[in-house]
Amino acid sequence: MGDTAVKKVTVKDFASEHRPTWCPGCGDFGILTALKRALADLNIAPHEVMVISGIGCGSKLVDYIHANGFMTIHGRPLAVATGFALANPHMHVVVINGDGDAYGIGGNHFIHTCRRNPNLTHIVQNNQIYALTKGQYSPTSHRGFRTTTSPDGAPEWPILPTELAFAAGAGFIARGYAGAPQQLAELIKAGIRHKGYALIDVLQPCTTFNKVNTYEWYEENSYDVAAEGGYDPADPKAAADKVREWDEKIPLGVLFRRTDRPSYDELVPALAQGPLMHSSSLPLDEATFADLKEEFM
Amino acid sequence: MSEVDVSITIGGDAGQGIESSGAAWGRAVARAGLHLFSLTDYRSRIRGGHNFYQTRASLRPVNSHRDPVQLLLALTEETVKVHLGNVARGGIVVYDEDFRRVDADEIRRAGVVPLPLPLARQAAELGSKVMMNTLMLGVAAGLLHFDVGYLEGVIQDLFRRRSAQVVQNNLAALAQGFRWGRDHSGMWPVRRPAPGGKARMALHGNHAFALGAAAGGCRFIAAYPMTPATPIFEWLVAKGSRLGIVTKHAEDEIAAVCMAIGAAHAGARAMTATSGAGFALMSEALGLAGMVELPLVLVVSQRGGPSTGLPTRTEQADLLFALHASHGEFPRIVLAPGTVEECFEAGWRSFNLAERYQTPVIVLLDQFLSASVKTVEPDDFSLSDVVIDRGLTLTGAELDQLTEPYLRYQDTPSGVSPRAVPGHPKAVYAMTSDEHDEEGHITEELPNRILMMRKRMRKEQTAVADMGEPRLYEGDGEDLTLVCWGSTVGPAREAAQILSAGGIDVNVLHFSDLWPLPVKEVAAALGRCRRTLVVEQNYTGQLARWLRQVTGFTVDAVLHKFDGRPFSPQDISTYARRVLADLAPTAAD
Repeated sequence: MGDTAVKKVTVKDFASEHRPTWCPGCGDFGILTALKRALADLNIAPHEVMVISGIGCGSKLVDYIHANGFMTIHGRPLAVATGFALANPHMHVVVINGDGDAYGIGGNHFIHTCRRNPNLTHIVQNNQIYALTKGQYSPTSHRGFRTTTSPDGAPEWPILPTELAFAAGAGFIARGYAGAPQQLAELIKAGIRHKGYALIDVLQPCTTFNKVNTYEWYEENSYDVAAEGGYDPADPKAAADKVREWDEKIPLGVLFRRTDRPSYDELVPALAQGPLMHSSSLPLDEATFADLKEEFM
Repeated sequence: MSEVDVSITIGGDAGQGIESSGAAWGRAVARAGLHLFSLTDYRSRIRGGHNFYQTRASLRPVNSHRDPVQLLLALTEETVKVHLGNVARGGIVVYDEDFRRVDADEIRRAGVVPLPLPLARQAAELGSKVMMNTLMLGVAAGLLHFDVGYLEGVIQDLFRRRSAQVVQNNLAALAQGFRWGRDHSGMWPVRRPAPGGKARMALHGNHAFALGAAAGGCRFIAAYPMTPATPIFEWLVAKGSRLGIVTKHAEDEIAAVCMAIGAAHAGARAMTATSGAGFALMSEALGLAGMVELPLVLVVSQRGGPSTGLPTRTEQADLLFALHASHGEFPRIVLAPGTVEECFEAGWRSFNLAERYQTPVIVLLDQFLSASVKTVEPDDFSLSDVVIDRGLTLTGAELDQLTEPYLRYQDTPSGVSPRAVPGHPKAVYAMTSDEHDEEGHITEELPNRILMMRKRMRKEQTAVADMGEPRLYEGDGEDLTLVCWGSTVGPAREAAQILSAGGIDVNVLHFSDLWPLPVKEVAAALGRCRRTLVVEQNYTGQLARWLRQVTGFTVDAVLHKFDGRPFSPQDISTYARRVLADLAPTAAD
């Protein structure tokens, strides 16, 4: 990781002069801390990472970290990131967005990214609510959750992102918790190291709008899969059950990891020559052009 | 009947090989050194339904099909019914002698010569009913005294990957058809179109654009298949490994355009291609590119709308949509090449404009231009014409020299900011679709908003210098000017020639750059016209409305066509005569 053995990246390198506009106690603070920690530990410098977000409170993280960033449009960061990663396979790409952005409006891209397996890390700030628009229910809200758009309680059953990712073919599925940034940093590191698409769904409270899924609630209702001993995330049969756990206790940690499938960029011959920035400046050679024209004669 | 201009229609059901045999005839014509223009007509289905392919072979360059045709090759009874009215007096209809519902007397009453032949039986004897179309090609060559050697070469190339037996069977069918044709060629006064010299390329607008894009440094395309734009994508996919182009068939059009935007941010020359409905899905992302000032080339090949509309037919009803798509205001460039040659140029030029002005460039085609095959001199597509200009994209060396903190959206007189592609340690920056300051950080402050809006929109004014004025063709326009945009230029120019031959002085004013425009010059060009007739393929007269919006000029008349079929030169010349009869004399008369 990183491009030279000499430099040592620290958390301070990622400090931004822009103060977060997040509410006090927001889980995004923990996620930001964890991301900076992970990048520094991996010796990835600010110019070597591209953080791509959608729209929402959490997506503003791009403004609060000193690194390359791109806040795109609601639901679309995975698509933008995939295009970016396919044009520059040397940059570390991290996608970060909320549960609505990732699993609602972005749901279609989420499913296809899981099976496409581009080399990028996806951190989902899952607070089970739409916060920036002031508190509507989301695809991961509990059934019965009352909000302004669900005054009689959310009518649908929530999706379980880890289960959906597994069914769609994702090769790295993890769940973290914003209240435990050290462990979350380790998960993010594992995700960045993973060659291919890595999903880290992060439980986080929205202290302003979600009075049900609080820090206390998450801590009471979750457990660490590594702590139970003997859980092997490489075992697909065990993982098939683990990714479906939610109602009793929510598993945290790496739930599934496979390393036997190529990441998408490995399947693209045109990327063998490196980033497309350079080849885009080069004209075709005369012989090739003549051949191309000949095919029309 | 002229020996220099022969049009043939081959018609039948989808699945009968109409497209491939029509294309084969066209390829043979091009190899024989003649000029070609082919029109393809097909339905939104895989099997069944009437299709036809109309080819025109000429000693002079042609930019349009021409009605009526001289020869009709009918693979079904329906073909005769549909097309008999478009066969010239003295022309010939070739059909299977077992077609009960084809009435030879009816054909003769139309002044056309019926030529029934045992096509199905012969095809079956030669190996398969599907070879009826190869027989037909042979008949056509024989009737016209067209050297069958060119068709033999094309057939051999077409079936190169199949078995030797298939090639033999088809060559035998060709030979038999040729014999029949020769035997009957006496019935027809038309003489062969004499081959005029060296072979030419034969290709359609889609392929010309793709070739231009590849030559111009396009190295990324993400797209979703949509008629009639799909061949652009498929050609680049086929050439991807060879040319180092990354291609991605995305899950939907929104993903496609977003991938292209991501790739552009990484410094690739990136594009997508779609039709109207796909472009509708891309509207939001278009605004993203405009807001964050990323280069993007977005091809929209128009087809009959609205909604699913007429998927395989042509229209020009997305002009105003392209000019205004997406919410809010941001700079954009809209091109509408009108010929295959202009498509090649737009292929590389669109990327230069996108990168010079760091903004989306929309290239409008339509099904007629995308799918009509035309001959082009190989030398007309030359790498020495192709320019790759990356505008203010900073090089690694320039970034090394940076002494001040890098400002991605630095305010400049032109509105264009020096652009660092991410990856250099001296240019670490964030972009956002929110309003932002010169660094790229979100801000809602009033003075900054005004500054940024002016900066972005100023780019459009700067870009005017790079945009072309409308071009004049044909006569002097003493009687009338046909005003058009995009692919209509081909039929319009021919209509002007028809009218000139009839003593009416008509010229053509053609717009292939639609925005930004040198407004004063455009207004002056329109002002110099005696009488103006806008000719366009839509119901609401979108070019006419656009010209009035931009220049205040009101045209005298508009010819609308919205039936999904392209203008023929006669459609335009006939209407022009009516308009001239109706319009009051001008002060100059």
